[in-house]
Amino acid sequence: MRARIPALLLLALGVLVGCANTNLRGTGDLGVVIERATGSVQILDTTHRTSLAKVDGLGDLSHASISYSRDARYAYVFGRDGGLTKVDLLTQRIDRRIIQGGNSIGGAISADGKLVAVANYEPGGVKVFDADTLSLVADIPAIGSDGKHSKVVGLVDAPGHRFVFSLYDAGEIWVADMRDPSQPVLRKLTGIGKEPYDGMITSDGRHYAAGLFGEDGVALLDLWDLDAGVRRALVEFGRHGEKLPVYKMPHLEGWATTGSQIVLPAVGKHEVIIADQNSWKEVARIPVAGQVVFAVARPGGREVWLNFAFPHNDTVQVVDLPSRRIVQTLTPGKGVLHLEFSPRGEQVWLSLRDENRIDIYDPDSFARIGTLPAESPSGIFFTVRAHRIGL
Amino acid sequence: MRILTTAGMVIGMAFSSAFADSPPLDPQRQNELVRLVRQDCGSCHGMELRGGLGPALTPQILKDKPATTLVSTILHGRPGTPMPPWKNFLSESEADWIVDNLQKGFPDAR
Ligand code: HEC
Repeated sequence: MRARIPALLLLALGVLVGCANTNLRGTGDLGVVIERATGSVQILDTTHRTSLAKVDGLGDLSHASISYSRDARYAYVFGRDGGLTKVDLLTQRIDRRIIQGGNSIGGAISADGKLVAVANYEPGGVKVFDADTLSLVADIPAIGSDGKHSKVVGLVDAPGHRFVFSLYDAGEIWVADMRDPSQPVLRKLTGIGKEPYDGMITSDGRHYAAGLFGEDGVALLDLWDLDAGVRRALVEFGRHGEKLPVYKMPHLEGWATTGSQIVLPAVGKHEVIIADQNSWKEVARIPVAGQVVFAVARPGGREVWLNFAFPHNDTVQVVDLPSRRIVQTLTPGKGVLHLEFSPRGEQVWLSLRDENRIDIYDPDSFARIGTLPAESPSGIFFTVRAHRIGL
Repeated sequence: MRILTTAGMVIGMAFSSAFADSPPLDPQRQNELVRLVRQDCGSCHGMELRGGLGPALTPQILKDKPATTLVSTILHGRPGTPMPPWKNFLSESEADWIVDNLQKGFPDAR
C-alpha cells in the first residue's frame, strides 16, 4: 500500500511530463504551405526544416493566401472557391470552415485579432467575419460610382480599425472604418486610376499604394491624412519603351520595404524600381530576368529576392540594395511560385510548383540546405506575419 | 443578328475542318497544354477556370462564342486588357485544341 501510492504518483507525473514534452510548443517557428492542386496545406517547422502535418479538405486553393490569428496559432486560409478555413497549427486540424462567397482573392485580419475580412472578385465586395466563430459580421458590396459591381483587390488592415481595399473595375480605393464592426463607415476615393490590380500597405502602416495596370504609376494614399486624397506616384516609371506582355500579375503584398527604400516590380517591363519610401521618388531601376511577381526583402533589408512570371518562372534573382546590383541568379527548378524568409532571414523557402517540392536556401551562401516534398506548392506563409501591420 | 450567327457558324465550320486537317496533337503535348491552361492561364482565369481577374472560361460561357475569335484572343491577346498574347508559346492548332476543349469542358490535370 505504501509503496503503491508513490508508484502511482510517479506514473501520473510521468504521464504529465510526457504530455508536456509532446504537446506544449510555441508557433513562432511554424508556417503553412498551400498545396494548390490537392486543396491541402502542410504545416512547416523552420527550426527543424520539416513538415509536421498535412491538412486536407480546404477546397480550391489556386491563388490562396493566409492571415494569422494574433496568437499565431490559427491560419485563416482564403481560397479561390470562396472558402474560408481556420486551421489550428497545434492540433493540426481544421478548426472551422465556411464557404463565404463566390471567388476570393485574399484577406486580412484586424490588429485586435477580432475581425477577418475577405476580398471577393465575384460578386465583388468585402465580407467581414468574427475571427472566432467565422460568423458574418458585415457585408460590403463593391459597387463603384459607375453603379457596377467591381472586383476587389489589395485588401489590408490599417491602423485605426480600418480595412483598406481597391476596386479593380471601378478604379477606386475604399477605407472602411470598423469601429462599429456591424456598421462599417466607408470613405470612397474615386478616380484613382485605371485597373488597380493589387494594393499594399507600407510596414509602418502609413501609406496604401495600389498598382495600376491600365495606367502608369501607383495610386498612393496617406492613411494619416485621408483628406489629402490619392496622389499618383512613380508615373515616369513605365513611360519609357514598349510594354511587354504580362503573363502573371505582380503581387504587391510582397513589395519589399526595407526601411528607407521600397522595391517594386514594374508592370510590363523586365525591371524593378527602387524608390525612396518618404518621397516616393524613383532612385534607380534595375533590369532583371523577366516580369517580377514577388519582390521580397530579406529581414534586415539588405537584399531583395525576386521571382518571375511565365516563361521565366524557373528563375530567382537577388538584388543587393547597397550596390543596386543583381548578385545572384538561381534556377532552382520549374514553377517558382513564392518565396518566404524565416523571421530573422537566415533561411529562405521557395515553392517549386512543377517540381512538387519546397527548397530551402541559405541566403548568405546561396546553398540549398534542405528540400521537402509538396504537391504543387504555391504560397508559403510563416507565422511572423501575425505581427506585421496590414496582413 | 440571324445573318451574323450564320456567318459565325460558317467560320466555325471552316475552322473545324481546318482543325480536322491538321495532325492531331500527341498525348504528351496534350498533357502539357492541360497543365499550361490550368496553371498558367489559371493564374488569371482560376485553376478551375471559373474566373479570377480574367473571366470564367467554362463551357456555359464559351460554347456559343465563335471559336475563331477565341483562338485569336489566345494567340494575339486583347490589347488594352491584361489578356496577353500566347503566340510565342502556342501554335495555331494548339490554340484550336485549347478552345475546342474549353468549349466542351476542360480536362483535369495529370
Ligand atoms: C495576366 C492575366 C491573364 C492570363 C495569364 C490569361 N488571361 Fe485570358 N483573359 C484575361 C482577361 C483580363 C480577359 C478579358 C479581356 C477582356 O476584357 O476582353 C481574358 C480573356 C480571355 C478569353 C476570352 C473570353 C471571352 O469570353 O471572350 C479567352 C478565351 C482567354 N482569355 C483564354 C486564355 C488562355 C487559354 C490563357 C492561357 C494560355 C489565358 N487566357 C491567360 C487575362 C488573362
